[in-house]
Amino acid sequence: MNQWVIALPFITVALLISLGLYTILFKRNLIKMIMGLAIIQNGVNLFLVSLAYREGYAAPIWTSAPGEDMVLPTSHALTLTSIVIGLATTALMLSFVIMLKKHKGSVDSFKNRRCRE
Amino acid sequence: MRKLVAFLAIMIIFAFLVITAVELRGDDGGFGEPVNTEMDEYFLENSQSHNQVNNIVTAILFDYRGLDTLGEATVLFAAVSGVLTVLRKMKPVKRGGKR
Amino acid sequence: MNWEMSKIVRTVTDIMVVPIIVYGIYLIVHGHLTPGGGFQGGAVIASSTALLIIAYGSFRDHKADLSSIESIGLTLFIILALLGLFLGATMFHNYSAGTGGLFGGTVPQGINPGYINTGGTVPLMNIMVGLEVAAALSLILLMMGKASDSVEVEA
Repeated sequence: MNQWVIALPFITVALLISLGLYTILFKRNLIKMIMGLAIIQNGVNLFLVSLAYREGYAAPIWTSAPGEDMVLPTSHALTLTSIVIGLATTALMLSFVIMLKKHKGSVDSFKNRRCRE
Repeated sequence: MRKLVAFLAIMIIFAFLVITAVELRGDDGGFGEPVNTEMDEYFLENSQSHNQVNNIVTAILFDYRGLDTLGEATVLFAAVSGVLTVLRKMKPVKRGGKR
Repeated sequence: MNWEMSKIVRTVTDIMVVPIIVYGIYLIVHGHLTPGGGFQGGAVIASSTALLIIAYGSFRDHKADLSSIESIGLTLFIILALLGLFLGATMFHNYSAGTGGLFGGTVPQGINPGYINTGGTVPLMNIMVGLEVAAALSLILLMMGKASDSVEVEA
């Protein structure tokens, strides 16, 4: 029982990734599918941050730090990179959806199946 | 039927992820107890003497792993170029006097 | 875009844009001392652009200016990285840390209150990346705001 409580952040990560997969597989609206991708990306970011956690340790910044013990800094740096890349790809996908809506008149992924004509 | 199979597949993936998350504790290093921390300890000890920087995350971003940041800035640049290219020729729609 | 919100919203926007931009600049310049840095400060500055677009609706076309700022930021960032290769040992080497000059002070080891004149090339890179991210996000918001006018929306 105890280890289920302690592993709660990882269980949250599993829940977020499963919700994102569900959204991508079962929704027909393209914007909702992009939302699913964003949910998966947030789950991965939460996983990276919670990997770096050490109990009772401070943030890795020496300015007025409360103590000498600090959490692992590399995962935080990678999470920053991941957030900006996710934002860029989401903006690009949304602009593709805007173009699709203009040319085909629909954001339904089933109606946009054929690419010619 | 197809939806049911896909739903079951998602539930199996979810169960696999949860079991992995719970079983991560122990010698593998679970939540709150990371193991293989040599690289991070090196950064924590030496970033002040190498870079004269207090914020260790910034020191990693712009010095130790600077090529990561360069690639990331390039990705942002490429994405903005893509957005500019895709939305370049959008002319405003004539709204027939309703607004 | 051809809407405009009420005069109350526009006045509050005019007042609030200045603190938002100043806070973004604070985050960028203090990136080597406190939580923050180029990415976060750039995102804060871009949020002021979003506020202006929502409140005013119509805007002049700043696409060329923003593209120029973004390109200049990325180019200066790469030039700083290459300076580390030529003046120091490797790419992204912090060649000016602790040598005096601009941002060249030395930091006391261990816990300290934080001094702004430290860090070598790290604060300069923060400023360049902040310029790039602010311009890039503003450009994305601007293009999407313009494109939203060219799509027919069902009532």
